[in-house]
This record gives sequence, structure tokens and C-alpha cells, in this order.
Amino acid sequence: MLSDPLFLSRLQFAWVIAWHILLPAFTVGLASYIAVLEGIYFATGRDVYFRSSMFWIKIFSVSFGMGVVSGIVMPFQFGTNWSRFSDVTANVLSPLFAYEAIMAFFLESAFLGVLLFGRKLVPQWAHFFAALMVAFGTLLSSFWILSANSWMQTPAGYELVDGRFFPKDWFQIVFNPSFPYRLTHTIVAFYVTTAFVVAAVAAYLIRGGRFVEEGRVMFSMTLWLLSVLVPLQILLGDLHGLNTLEHQPAKLAAIESHWETASRVPLNLLAIPDEINETNHYSVAIPVLGSLILAHDPNATIKGLKDWPPRDRPPVAIPFFAFRIMVGIGVIMLGLVVASWWLRFKGRLFETRWFLRACQFVAPLGFVAVLAGWITTEVGRQPWTVYGLLHTADSVSPSLTSMDVWISLAGYILAYLIMFPSGILIMGRLVRRGPIDSAVSDSPIEGGRPDLLVRPLPTASGRPRP
Amino acid sequence: MNSLVLDTVPIWTLILGVGVFFYVLLDGFDLGVGMLFGLAPDTPSRNLVMNSIAPIWDGNETWLVLGGLALLAAFPLAFAIIIPAVYFPILVMLLALIFRGVAFEFRYRDAEHKTFWDYGFVYGSAIATFAQGMVLGAFIQGFEVEGRVFAGRSFDFLTPFSVLTGIALVFGYGLLGAGWLVLKTEGDLQAWARRHGRWCFIGVIVAIGVVSLWTPFVHEDIAQRWFSWPNLLLLSPVPIITALLAWAEWRSLNNDSEIAPFAAAVALFVVSYVGIAISLWPNIVPHRFSLWQAASSESTQAFLLVGTLFLLPIILMYSGWSYWVFRGKVRADIGYH
Repeated sequence: MLSDPLFLSRLQFAWVIAWHILLPAFTVGLASYIAVLEGIYFATGRDVYFRSSMFWIKIFSVSFGMGVVSGIVMPFQFGTNWSRFSDVTANVLSPLFAYEAIMAFFLESAFLGVLLFGRKLVPQWAHFFAALMVAFGTLLSSFWILSANSWMQTPAGYELVDGRFFPKDWFQIVFNPSFPYRLTHTIVAFYVTTAFVVAAVAAYLIRGGRFVEEGRVMFSMTLWLLSVLVPLQILLGDLHGLNTLEHQPAKLAAIESHWETASRVPLNLLAIPDEINETNHYSVAIPVLGSLILAHDPNATIKGLKDWPPRDRPPVAIPFFAFRIMVGIGVIMLGLVVASWWLRFKGRLFETRWFLRACQFVAPLGFVAVLAGWITTEVGRQPWTVYGLLHTADSVSPSLTSMDVWISLAGYILAYLIMFPSGILIMGRLVRRGPIDSAVSDSPIEGGRPDLLVRPLPTASGRPRP
Repeated sequence: MNSLVLDTVPIWTLILGVGVFFYVLLDGFDLGVGMLFGLAPDTPSRNLVMNSIAPIWDGNETWLVLGGLALLAAFPLAFAIIIPAVYFPILVMLLALIFRGVAFEFRYRDAEHKTFWDYGFVYGSAIATFAQGMVLGAFIQGFEVEGRVFAGRSFDFLTPFSVLTGIALVFGYGLLGAGWLVLKTEGDLQAWARRHGRWCFIGVIVAIGVVSLWTPFVHEDIAQRWFSWPNLLLLSPVPIITALLAWAEWRSLNNDSEIAPFAAAVALFVVSYVGIAISLWPNIVPHRFSLWQAASSESTQAFLLVGTLFLLPIILMYSGWSYWVFRGKVRADIGYH
């Protein structure tokens, strides 16, 4: 396997996309949050929203920079490693990618400059407008890229001529069957992920005692948001599952590690899938619940993996476990949200230590859930790049040798292992500094960036210690 | 195919050509600024140099994505052949752009590793430029093609000619960057930018000369294009205009005009770009597939064209606005606060 350019190219794509998706998972949500904070500040003039927005803009700029550079890598992967895929699908897919660039990337990047650097140079309404446009750009970007991804999962509106795809109906292509579900499920996932990060940082600020006012505002806002979004996300996930059952039954069978076609199937809570013997070991299952959850009908027949020849089946263990990780995290999140309702009702939302601490621990879980969900849907799509029509093996660039891909993979691994941990450390440092009083940080030196390499931490009064 | 349908290939050729040129111009000057950053005398001037592009580099780099995706969308066969053929220069460019791009933020935020990210910014800019120059050289050379796929090997791109075009682009972007800095700075720093601009200019002139003489020998079609009659006469303005522009550039770098060094450098890029286009027209996979042979389906081109014709003017408008916001000499006090 390690001398197969196909396998190595898949590994490389998984590596670059897995790191990249963590950034939109954060920046899509954060851009909207910043726009909301700027909007409230614009409307009310309350300083706490200004300080909170400044604080998050700094963190946003670090993560957005990483998102841009890791994002530029992505379209070139289609050419360097997946040129056959590009040749076969470009007539249908390429406008979706191109629309992402001309609708979203330019919008984000042009207004980002004004958002980051232009506060003193433009009127306040224009600065707020820039924040709105950045947020709108991230959503447009998600729209087009998820449309393209969904088309690979549930192709529609095309015709095949000489082994290449040609467009027949653009509406069907863009709004292909899985797109509405994938779009809403993914965007809500991004918002939930960001909201839990904001809640965790807010909990940290409240516990630290230095920036309690900012912390409370952020904490309360995001927990209200999560109260709506977490239950909504579970509903959307269920609808997405029904869609997968209809359009990608082999993926669903792999997610459930379900081998035999049957009605009234059980739900495997946990098991060890055995792909060689086509069975599960040590399975813990609840009778009939499988049919009930998957099809909303206890008597529904669910197709098993044995219905497909082995070469057309996805791997089983990876989607099976990844899906359970995602759902498990969803349950934890729901538990926290329910707890927040109770604490708010009791008036102890900001004082309950265990809850603040729990919110801090949950911060990375959104990212884990996004990755697990992504792995579920992408590995579950295998062995196809265009579901049921184009094998992954027929998509790779034919000129590549394993040495070529080893070199590039090593390059991407090294670069990302330097960039991402550095970025995460830097964002951690910004969080520890907290939303410093704007009067203190309003120093004009070095383009408004920190004039000292290490700035003295402000005390509880918001002033640096002497 | 269907002669009743409007042929969208010429307009897509224009959009792709202009889009790629915008990238070369815009990221060209900020990659050049990145390289010159490494030569700046002290920390305050380095900060100014970086601040002169900090608000706009991201938008500039977006044209690279547009160029890549417009090639994929309008001429997918070319994308599927060319990009795997320049596997390594593209890889090196992307890795270099990563280090250079995050340096804008990390340099200020990551206190202990300030020098590391400074080096990342300088070498990232230089290596990305060199890699782009090699892509250009490999493109002019052409690629081994069988059917619809690149049939050569991943190191075919590496020839003395592509190394030369790589070096040439380093000087070229350096000249654009120096022109930008003359425009955006004043006093000692501006004088410093002029001085380095003159060095880059000498490099550019040597490079243009050598590349122009060498290119016709790379492929007989190119020699035929330039030296057959009456092309020799019709195309003679190209070298003449180039010589005039070179004279203007040198003069402006030595007197005190602030806009001319940048403007003349841009004009030099335009004629070089047109020269390459003349050499290769009408092929998009050089010496192999024409623009029409490599084009995507009519429906694909039309679907994307509708939105592009509507959105491109808007993009130019708000990109122009963001440049306008940061107009004038770069100040030390713009920032997040």
C-alpha cells in the first residue's frame, strides 16, 4: 500500500483536507459572531461588545490566515494528484468551484483587510458592513464547496458521454439530492463548534476573574444560541440519515456495520466489524431500533453490505466508529445545553464552577465531531469519487510515481506540523491575554500590533502592573 | 460543434488571460515586497515594508485561486495535463506560500519565534516566485502528452531553461515590489527601495534578453512564429516597445518620480506577457492542444460566464475600494485597534 501512488494520494488528500476543514469549522462561525458583536456595538455603543469583538477579531485573523493558505492548497490537489478526476468531472463540477472563488473568496479577502486594519480609516457603518461581508463570504463559500461535495455523493443533472460527465440541468446539479441536508448539517456543525469554543473561552475568562463582564456576555449569548442549534443539529442529522438511506444505502450499511438485508433490524450500539468474515464481533445491539431510527418505521427493510460485491463496498470500521464518535459528542453537547437551561433557571449560570469547567473541557469536541462526521461521509463514499459512477482508482493522476507522492506528502506533513501547532499556540496566547482594555492596547506602534514582545498582564482593574 | 451557439472560448481566453495577469501583477508586487523585506536595514523599516501589503495580500493571492479554477472550468483538459506535469514546482510554491502567508500574523503574535517567521516570509516569497517562474518555463517548453493525459515524468519540468525563467521572475517580482515600495514609502526607505529597484532592473533586463533569445530555440513553432515573414515585421513593435519601457523604468528609478517606477514595471510585465502569448497562441497546452480543443462544454462555459460577467466588475469595484481605503503612504499606526 505504501508504494501505491493511489493510496498515498488519498492519504495526502485526507491530510490536507482534515487540517483545512478545522479552520472553516471555526472561521465560518466566528465571522458571523464577530458580525453580530459589531452589529450590537454599532446599535448600542456598549463598550463590552467592542472589547469582545476586538478580542475575537485578533483570534479570527490568525485562524483565517491559516485557512487561506491551507485552502489555496486544495484546488491544486485536483490537478496534481487527481487529474483524471478533473478531466472526467470538470464540465459539471468546475463551475461550482469557480463560483466559490468569484462569489466568496474575493468578498472575504477584500473586506477582511478593512475589518482588520480599517477601523480608523472608514466610518463605523462601513466597518460593520465589512464584518457582515466577511461573514456572508464564508457562508457563500460553504454553499458552493458543499454543493460540489454533495454532487460527488449524490450526482444528478448530468449525462455521461464517452466516460466523461456533461451538464444537463444546472439546477439539479447544484441542488443535488444530498445538498440541502449536507449544507444545513455542516453549517450548523460549524456554528456549534465555534459556539462551544466561545463558551469555553468565556468560561475561562469568568473563572480567571479578570474579564468577567466580557466573559458573561459571551457565555450567555452562546449558550442561548446553542440551546437552539444543538437540538436543531440532532434533527438535521436524522434527516440527513434518511437521505443517505435513500441515495447511498451502502454507506449507511457501513455506518451501521449491517451485513444482511433484513426488516426489523437491530441497532448496533457497539461492535467490532470484521470485513473479512463479513460479520461483527462483540456487538451490543438493541432489537428493531435500527429500522426505527434509520427509516422511522420498525418494519422497514434495510439493505446489508452483502448486497454489494466486495469491490463496491466502502470500508466498514472507519465510518462505523467515526459515526459513533460524532453522535457521542452530540449527546455530550446536548447534556451541557440542558444543564445550562437548569442553571439559568436557577440563576447560577455564571457561578457554577463545575459547569464552567465542563464547558472549558468541551471546547475541542466540536472539532472532533466535525472531523468524525467528515470522515464518516467521505470514507463512506468510497470506493467512489463520484458515487456509483467513478472509482477512486480511476481518478488519480496517471503520471505519478510513489516517490513523487511520498515527497509531496512529507512536505505537507512537515509544513502543517509547523504551521498548525504554532497557530494554535498563538491563539492560546491571545486567549490568555484576554480582551485587554482598549485604552491600553490602543498603542500606535508597529501598526497597532503589540509593541513589546511580552506585554505585562493587566490586573483586575484592567491596568498593567507597575 | 453547434455553430448557432455563441462561441464563448474567446471571452474565456480573455478572462483567464486577464485573471492570470492580475495575479502576476498583484501577487507579483507583494511577493517582491516579501523578498525585499529580507534586505531591509532594520526592524522599523521591515515593519513598514510588511504593513504596505498586510491589508491586501490576501485579496491578491485570491487571483491565484481564480486563475487555477478558471483554467479548470474553461479549459479542463489543459488543467488535467499541465498541473500534474508541474507537480513539484506547484508543491514547492504551495508550501512556500503557506509559510509566507501565515508570517503576516505569526510574526507579530509568536514572540519567541519572530526571526523564524521573518525568514519564512522572505524565503517563502522568494521560493514561491522561483517556483512560479519554473512553471512558466516548463509551460513554454511544453509537455509530453498521450491521449488526454500527461505522459512524461514528474521531473521533466527541470531544465536549464526553466531554471532561467525561475531566476528571471525573481528579478521581475523584485522590480515590481521595489516600485510598490517607492509608491508607498518616503524618505530613506524610499531611497533604499529605489536602490534595490535598480539592481532588480538590471537583473530583469538581462533576463528578458536571455529568455527572449532562448525561447525561439525551445520549440520550432515559436521560432516560426517570430521569424517568418511577415511576422517579423508585424511583431517588431514588441521588442521596440520593450526597449522604450526599459529606458523609462531606468530613468524613473534614478529621478524622483514616485508612480513611474511601478507603472513602468507593470508595463514591462504587460509586454513580456503579450510576448509569451504571441509565442504560444492559439494553444493552451503548448504545441499540443488549442484553446478550442481543451475547452469545457458549451453549457459549462455559458453557466459560469453569466455569473462571472456579472460579478467580475463588482469584484473589481470592492477590491478597488479596499485599495482606496489604504491609499497613500504606508503608516505605522494602522492596525487592529
